[in-house]
Amino acid sequence: MNSVLYARRGLTDRVFYVLSVGAAGFGLLWLGLILFTLVTEGFGGLSLKVFTENTPPPGSDGGLLNAIAGSLMMSFLAVIVGTPIGILAGTYLAEYGRHTRLAGAIRFFNDILLSAPSIVIGLFIYEIFVINMGHFSAIAGAASLAVIVIPVVVRTTENMLLLVPSALREAATSLGAPMSFVIRSVTWRAARAGILTGALLAIARISGETAPLLFTALNNQFWSSNINAPMASLPAVIFQFAMSPYEDWHRLAWAGALLITFAVLALSIAARLLESKRN
Amino acid sequence: MSEANGHAANDKIRVDVRDLNFYYGNTKALKSISLPLYDRKVTAFIGPSGCGKSTLLRVLNRMYSLYPGQRAEGEVLLDGENVLDPRLDLNLLRSRIGMVFQKPTPFPMSIYDNVAFGIKLYERISKADMDDRVRHALERAALWGEVKDKLNASGLSLSGGQQQRLCIARTVAIKPEVILLDEPCSALDPISTAKIEELISELSEDYTIIIVTHNMQQASRASDYTAFMYLGELVEYGETEKMFTTPENKRTEDYITGRFG
Repeated sequence: MNSVLYARRGLTDRVFYVLSVGAAGFGLLWLGLILFTLVTEGFGGLSLKVFTENTPPPGSDGGLLNAIAGSLMMSFLAVIVGTPIGILAGTYLAEYGRHTRLAGAIRFFNDILLSAPSIVIGLFIYEIFVINMGHFSAIAGAASLAVIVIPVVVRTTENMLLLVPSALREAATSLGAPMSFVIRSVTWRAARAGILTGALLAIARISGETAPLLFTALNNQFWSSNINAPMASLPAVIFQFAMSPYEDWHRLAWAGALLITFAVLALSIAARLLESKRN
Repeated sequence: MSEANGHAANDKIRVDVRDLNFYYGNTKALKSISLPLYDRKVTAFIGPSGCGKSTLLRVLNRMYSLYPGQRAEGEVLLDGENVLDPRLDLNLLRSRIGMVFQKPTPFPMSIYDNVAFGIKLYERISKADMDDRVRHALERAALWGEVKDKLNASGLSLSGGQQQRLCIARTVAIKPEVILLDEPCSALDPISTAKIEELISELSEDYTIIIVTHNMQQASRASDYTAFMYLGELVEYGETEKMFTTPENKRTEDYITGRFG
């Protein structure tokens, strides 16, 4: 054995180990700092009023009720529109079109859409909804969020369906079940936890989107449940309040940021739990 | 060859394979196979890996039609009707031909629903009748005693051998005419294997059974007829006893005695 070579290998090994740990630590450090700032600043702004009062004019008391409600409402609309479309499209890719050229093309464009900057999606919805309707609206906001939801759900649905063993499909087919029945009663069921995880991750993804909402739902200082009118949302309010010179608006912006972060955290944990249940 | 060598004179042909060729894309996997499969008998397909025995099985219920690029030429007559006819309703065909796979394939639902799955496809029956059918099918698969108190438990909670018997129950429940078994014991322990083999001989009283197996002992124990295949060709076909005692072909003898394969 060449002992010089061996010693050099050992040294390289140590250096590589230290670099890997250092890089991981560096990344985690910033994440930790972000969370620390968020929690210390955000908790100061949290109070019951945040959930019971609407966004205030500068200098007076208020909360984020209209923004929270707006975010929930638009996310809900986006999910009930986007998830079924995404699941059906993902099903086409994995089941009906698996070997076809059309499916390959759809998969490619879906991947592009998946990583498209959300501001581009906002602009697109602005063109076809806001301009044609003549005004900003929660419908347009929900539509832009739905366009973000769809590719995420398509991707996860396809991946989860591809994990279902083909023997299971063949077994259902061998009993004389037509293809659509096999998909609905066996394949979807086998992939259920994974598909649901995809939907949760899509909600997490849209809950912090700001850019597409600024172009579409705009914002609203007051309570509104009219989906044909501009609507407040947490990200848009955070954007507006954080950019303002008013101290009390800043506090509310921090509180809103903390709320979104916790919502995403809760969704991610729920997705993880579902995922581990699947395995 | 339209009759097996030395077949018993009173055995009736149920499925007649005539001059069957099969292609995976451009690869020819079956080369003019002709053989009759007898009513209410167990026929075993044996041969080394890649010889085409599973392919032949998957032609009988047109399972290959799920995959583009796979095609068959020739005739497979089930009660005189050509299974390969492109106008044939595949779902109806498959409801007449059951199939059990190498690995157990319980559906992600309760034991009861697993068995009821196929029945519900083609029959509208009352809850009481369905209970009877499910029970009967589980009894035929020798599983009833083990699951009668947990019919609502997931099919996935059963052991491997129990799962395979659940799949057999599910197949029997739709009252098929022919049952195809694709190496049904290769993922099972010896005790479960013995149970399944016993089950096969019981079921052969009512069903025409075709089993693909790698296991020589299994073929000799469980089957009435044996077909030996090699490189996509049918080398020899006849009564199991004859095949295993006095094979006519040298390659059959070599394979059966373990000299190759």
